[in-house]
Amino acid sequence: MAAARKVACVEIGGIPIALSTADDRFLDLLRQRYEGFLSSSRPEFELEFDLTPTGPASDDDVRVRRDGDEWLLQRGDFHARWDPRTGHGRVRQNSNPYSLDSVLRILHSLILAQRGGFLLHAASAICDGRAYLFSGVSGAGKTTITRLAPPDITLLTDEISYLRPGGADGYAAYGTPFAGELAKAGENCTAPVSALFFLEQGPENRIDELSSADAVRRLMRNILFFAEDHGLVGMLLATACDFVSRVPIRRLTFYPDARVWDLVRNFDRNFQGVPQHA
Amino acid sequence: MPEDCIYIARSSAIAARALAGEMMVMNSADSTFFTLNEVATTIFQAADGRTPLREIVRDRVCLQFDVDPEQAQADAEQFVTELSSHGILLVSNQPLASETTR
Repeated sequence: MAAARKVACVEIGGIPIALSTADDRFLDLLRQRYEGFLSSSRPEFELEFDLTPTGPASDDDVRVRRDGDEWLLQRGDFHARWDPRTGHGRVRQNSNPYSLDSVLRILHSLILAQRGGFLLHAASAICDGRAYLFSGVSGAGKTTITRLAPPDITLLTDEISYLRPGGADGYAAYGTPFAGELAKAGENCTAPVSALFFLEQGPENRIDELSSADAVRRLMRNILFFAEDHGLVGMLLATACDFVSRVPIRRLTFYPDARVWDLVRNFDRNFQGVPQHA
Repeated sequence: MPEDCIYIARSSAIAARALAGEMMVMNSADSTFFTLNEVATTIFQAADGRTPLREIVRDRVCLQFDVDPEQAQADAEQFVTELSSHGILLVSNQPLASETTR
């Protein structure tokens, strides 16, 4: 007789997903890892986990492709199938939490693509009720700028930002449990996006315009998408163009001390009425 | 290949979107990204696989933009060669079926 499955419902970005397992220790790991994101909402999707012998997370490239009506998600440390019609999927993986994070991130990226949203390699934080995003290549300063944040700033993530259409004709950013170097989950809250900054470190703090084309190019470079799927790429390009047309996107050159947050805090006031993109 | 017989069609492996007067084009096979200016966008949008490139340059580019016809033709051929090398455009001396509907 199969062991009874137990469920933890994890709600990230307002999308509740039931994660079920027959393994009590894995269930504990789920509950601890996503503690701030556990939910009593009715799940929209379900993932059943079957555990393989424990091992490290894999450095192999992830492969995500359609297989008939299902999505197939594969890496050295996990193998998953997910059917978007039923919202149900099965995952075979070891109990490594990084493998778990990877599966969840891929699933959310697929769900968000259908809903006009996306995951972005970016730190994000709420300042005075508005969300600010900080993206850039590794080493550009995502973690640095979150470390420099004043105490009244609410950190949504230092690594993977979660974005969906929302608010008044714009986008909303949500907190995620996907942590980077800070090793600290974001707060489970949301706010309308005020601006996206592409970070560079330099001798002074300054904000510069980006052309629409440059903004889209940088955005597409930093959106997380894993699928080898033409339809999905088309949807994401459409979403990126829409995002660029609605959200101010700038280059933020910053000297790594706390004064950069004064510039961020005053962005809305200083740049009111300035055309969004050259 | 005689230039009068060049036919061009958009590949099915690309995603394209117009924004602020420019065309953003992404090859979904390798994620390469291109931005087309107004003239290039005009040629790209007219790449239906049935209209010869020379006709596109004469009836679209030269009518919409203040350009020298011979220079426009030379620039168009260079542009087509470059985009075809990245798999964005298909080129043939026979009419082609356009792979996209944009």
